[in-house]
Amino acid sequence: MKPQLTAPIPDTTVFDLAASRRGYRFNRLCASLCVPANREAFKADEEAYMAGFGLVEEEKAMIRHRDFKSMIEHGMNIYFMLKIGAVTGNGLYRMGAQMRGESYEQFLATRNVKEAV
Amino acid sequence: MARIVAGIGLSHVPSVGPAYDRGKQQTPAWKPLFDAYLPVQEWLGRLRPDVAIVVYNDHGADFTFDRYPTFAIGAADRYAIADEGFGTRALPEMRGDFEFSRHLAESLIHRDEFDLTVCLEMGVEHGFLVPMNLCFPHGPGGWPVATVPLQVNVIQHPLPTGRRCYRLGQAIRRAVESCERDLRVAILGTGGMSHQLQGRRFGFMNEAFDQSFLDRIESDPEGLAEMTHQELMEQAGAEAVELIMWLVMRGATSKNARRVHRHYYAPMTTGMGLITFEER
Repeated sequence: MKPQLTAPIPDTTVFDLAASRRGYRFNRLCASLCVPANREAFKADEEAYMAGFGLVEEEKAMIRHRDFKSMIEHGMNIYFMLKIGAVTGNGLYRMGAQMRGESYEQFLATRNVKEAV
Repeated sequence: MARIVAGIGLSHVPSVGPAYDRGKQQTPAWKPLFDAYLPVQEWLGRLRPDVAIVVYNDHGADFTFDRYPTFAIGAADRYAIADEGFGTRALPEMRGDFEFSRHLAESLIHRDEFDLTVCLEMGVEHGFLVPMNLCFPHGPGGWPVATVPLQVNVIQHPLPTGRRCYRLGQAIRRAVESCERDLRVAILGTGGMSHQLQGRRFGFMNEAFDQSFLDRIESDPEGLAEMTHQELMEQAGAEAVELIMWLVMRGATSKNARRVHRHYYAPMTTGMGLITFEER
């Protein structure tokens, strides 16, 4: 057998089964946002919505603070995070800028064609 | 007898969907991408495929981690447009071909022992739809081809190996060629190229890697299939590992298939690649 994952990659979270188990509640909540009525319910009362998914307090705080970097580190899958990003007005590039530790404008300045958004 | 007439490797970047829906094809930022597909559409118009097998990954619209199949194939007469969290795009539903899917599933599972999950209902999202928008634009009468969605787990490790994906492609070729119907089949391997969407390394791209991958998917796919996930992720970004889906396409096309188109454009956070093959 050729090992497929052999060493940590700097500044990178690998979404494996341990991460998926850790972030299971997070990812269930995100997946539920594929239903329009659920997106409306989330926007109307975030706390009540989170209560339905058994999140621990630490996880709820990450959502309240839109702390995308921590969400990824705690097992939220990036493609599922896009759904909570959409419902809170944070597109991929805004979340990405935060994870890089930059402002949105600083991040855009690093791109080849920043109009292709 | 059914046969594969075309293979296409291409990226499925989500932002292409809204750009397409909002008519941004000719804006300076998007024109290089959309224009690259005009000759591809013309070429496909000449090849007239009846069915497209689309190898893609779902991003949490249709499959979630309570059960996440390594390989899943659709077997239905139609596939719904899924809402992946941003609303349902105004596109006609996809046309399927149940009997062809059934034949593929039987051949893959019995002949080559690829035990795929078979889905009688699937909703498709950007991983599938963006390649369809680029290669097979729909008209008032719907889509010009029937489709077979083939979903691959490229997001929750352990993922299938590159070699397994390549062999799945070879098995798909045998499955197609053992179908007695007179069908012309295109196969699309989607995803990539270099990109990383999380962590401090967000936004990482590697054009040199991408160009080398485009070279090797043409000339040395078997060597490429030996790359580990570690090597792919280190060199091209964690999310670039989905390039293993191109190997399914390349396994299904013959070694001496003629490369027809090749294009690369990397405006924002993903190297958007395109390569096409035509059977001789």
